[in-house]
Amino acid sequence: MIKPEALLFPTPAGLYCPVGDFYVDPVRPVDRALITHGHSDHARSGHGRVLTTRQTLDIMALRYGVDFAGSEQAIDFGETIHLNGVEIGFYPAGHVLGSAQIAIEHAGVRIVVSGDYKRRPDATCAAFVPVPCDVFITEATFGLPVFHHPDPALEIGKLLASLEQFPQRSHLIGAYALGKAQRVISLIRQGGYDKPIYIHGALAKLCDYYSSQGIELGELRPATIENGGASQFEGAVVIGPPSAFNDRWARRFNDPLAIFASGWMMVRQRAKQRGVELPLVISDHCDWPELIETIGELKPGAVWVTHGREEALVRWCELNGIAAKPLHLVGYEDEGD
Amino acid sequence: MRAFSTLLDRLVLTPSRNGKLKLLSDYFASVPDPDRGYALGVLAGTLDLKAVKPALLKELVLERMDPVLFGYSYDYVGDLAETIALVWDQDRGEKAERAEPSLGEVVALLQSLGRTQVRGAVRDLLDTLDPSGRFAFLKLVTGGLRIGVSARLAKQALADMSGKDIVEIETLWHGLQPPYESLFAWLEGGADKPVLATPAIFHSVMLSNPVGDSDLTGLDPSDYAAEWKWDGIRVQLSRHRDTCRLYSRSGDDISGAFPDIVSAANFDGVIDGELLVGGTARSNQPTRTFSDLQQRLNRKSVTAKMLSDYPVFIRAYDILFTGERDVRGLNYDERRALLSNIVDAAPHDRFDLSPLIPFSSWDELDRLRHAPPDPVIEGVMIKRRDSIYQAGRAKGPWFKWKKQPLNVDAVLMYAQRGHGKRSSYYSDFTFGVWMAMPEGGDQLVPVGKAYFGFTDQELEVLDKYVRNNTIERFGPVRSIRAEPDHGFVVEVAFEGLNRSGRHKSGVAMRFPRIARLRTDKLPRDADRLDTLLHMLPA
Repeated sequence: MIKPEALLFPTPAGLYCPVGDFYVDPVRPVDRALITHGHSDHARSGHGRVLTTRQTLDIMALRYGVDFAGSEQAIDFGETIHLNGVEIGFYPAGHVLGSAQIAIEHAGVRIVVSGDYKRRPDATCAAFVPVPCDVFITEATFGLPVFHHPDPALEIGKLLASLEQFPQRSHLIGAYALGKAQRVISLIRQGGYDKPIYIHGALAKLCDYYSSQGIELGELRPATIENGGASQFEGAVVIGPPSAFNDRWARRFNDPLAIFASGWMMVRQRAKQRGVELPLVISDHCDWPELIETIGELKPGAVWVTHGREEALVRWCELNGIAAKPLHLVGYEDEGD
Repeated sequence: MRAFSTLLDRLVLTPSRNGKLKLLSDYFASVPDPDRGYALGVLAGTLDLKAVKPALLKELVLERMDPVLFGYSYDYVGDLAETIALVWDQDRGEKAERAEPSLGEVVALLQSLGRTQVRGAVRDLLDTLDPSGRFAFLKLVTGGLRIGVSARLAKQALADMSGKDIVEIETLWHGLQPPYESLFAWLEGGADKPVLATPAIFHSVMLSNPVGDSDLTGLDPSDYAAEWKWDGIRVQLSRHRDTCRLYSRSGDDISGAFPDIVSAANFDGVIDGELLVGGTARSNQPTRTFSDLQQRLNRKSVTAKMLSDYPVFIRAYDILFTGERDVRGLNYDERRALLSNIVDAAPHDRFDLSPLIPFSSWDELDRLRHAPPDPVIEGVMIKRRDSIYQAGRAKGPWFKWKKQPLNVDAVLMYAQRGHGKRSSYYSDFTFGVWMAMPEGGDQLVPVGKAYFGFTDQELEVLDKYVRNNTIERFGPVRSIRAEPDHGFVVEVAFEGLNRSGRHKSGVAMRFPRIARLRTDKLPRDADRLDTLLHMLPA
């Protein structure tokens, strides 16, 4: 039996498997990369060969152009392939469309790299599948007991109530372009809102792609002023990437009400510091109970913690008799959600 | 509770006044009695609730949670009430199938609790409420809502909701109590205007503006009277036959803590003055310092020993009513004549009249304010002789002109992250000055702690310095590099200095703040402890 630390270990370029000669979510260009999902800190351009799900390959091509890698190979959920005697399997992670956990098995040891994941139902991607393993590599973005994400339907209820209370104000929702934006739109539709939703240009391609994959987003319109003045946004729902809110772009809206859809919105001062008036606690990551329930369910021999608040999750594992250590990977955005 | 906690959540994050008014008036219009009235009491600070100590809350949360994990959480969130609201593990408690209590039910429960029942009741409520409700509840019982809503704004929302004039609401205000059912009934047109049952109500006080750079130029000194500004607390004594009440300047009823003064009043009417410890001028006893007065503040009741060790009196400044006659429309000189008669006939050990300062030019008054005849004076007040008594802070009739603060240059020694809005900044600073060591050489000794005085830009500079010059960490505290040739010097301003056995330096500053960053100075140029010791009152 091979030692897990010899099968997969952190390097400056990312997690590396020497037997299979590949990296997982490398942060620098490498010869062979396995990618968990399409967020830009995990999926970068410039690798020699890329192995990931069809949807993640499509998303990378949309973001970086078709020549984002030397060559690409798609793998289905549940399918296994072999690289230099290492067995590789991809399983749904429930994070965003196309997101996967990667199981790496060799000489009797199986390590699962979960990437980013969540356990809540999400109409915009396949649900997380627990994969038994010896070592579970988990994220810890919300790895503190303060994070208990509420039911997203309740959060959307707050938005709908505000639209009634402030019918003149444009409701500007900040949401990351891949995953969060489409999930928020989908949740708003599930909440019964059927008017057009206006989107920032940076969201257009990804929203089109989600629609092409059969995800219902309803009528989306570009949030441009060319056709019709600023009055068309009165009382409207507008979605854009969070960075756009500090841009000139946001000035076109009438008395805008700043909203941010993120797990970070759980903490009031976070919302206050960003000038958010209506926080929507909607996350594509596990909250604390989901993290510890997943570890409790998988009962792995060891837990390695990648990015986020490693120390609290490691502490919890110790208290519960599970070997755990932080991996201290660099290059992944702690703030991303 | 849900409507109330949702309201608080929105208010905290709504910066605009109009947005807040809309949220408040919608809430008052849609929520039934008595909940809305209790909410009004909470927002306006008139609802007196049993306080729960933070230590008890911590104990409760640690019954169920690892202290290390709690520590990480608190460190991250930066606010105790919010941390507990978020980490509270509902599932391990009895699963909350019960209906969530209303705000009125929570208030009634809190008011009925005996001392020994608090722990269980708080635990139970935390189990029943959702995170937002827990936050609202914890803020209620620990005090300090800090949501940027003043009593005035809440009253404006009542005016908006009902179309009534805010002045009418303010006149009624101090005669009514939560849950304000009669007030709401009148506002909604379902009842007549409430008739105040309590005499001796509070009337809004008149406030002054600080003298600005050229405020006094062009003003004729003979149009103004000057009085000393005493370092006590501003109070209003209001008496009507058998009822006598003492109010703070914001209208809090503090009668319970000062039975000595309340029972000594022998006149009907409303007077304005400074509450001080010691003896009156006419009993030839000295006026004692603010730290003596502090012994009597913030108490619900008071012991006989307290009453004899720290007797209080009122140094009268002004009069609003004599008997039932409203004299606020008279001018300063006329009011002062009335006040003088009343004080003359009042017990000599409990009341005296704030003396006038004779002066003929602003320069002369400027000299006097820097060399006052009594250490308990913190400056002068300048009042226009023909001015009426006008509630609020109108610019012109009254000025305050304080002594210059004391200053020292000190070296930053320790820094701690702030709380609340500043939880990501090192914003609480301990600073020190040089002290000669018996074995030779100099050492920095802490002399105080300050967490304000600087601008946001200066805070960025300080925070960056702390992060780049940390030599050691003790929990949330960082020890900062402070050597004769490497360190950060700040000019600290403070209002006074007391001897203190609790500090190694032997001194304690009153009201210290960071007045300026002295990036032009090296730590070796900072002040020495001797300088401070010379500032101590004899």
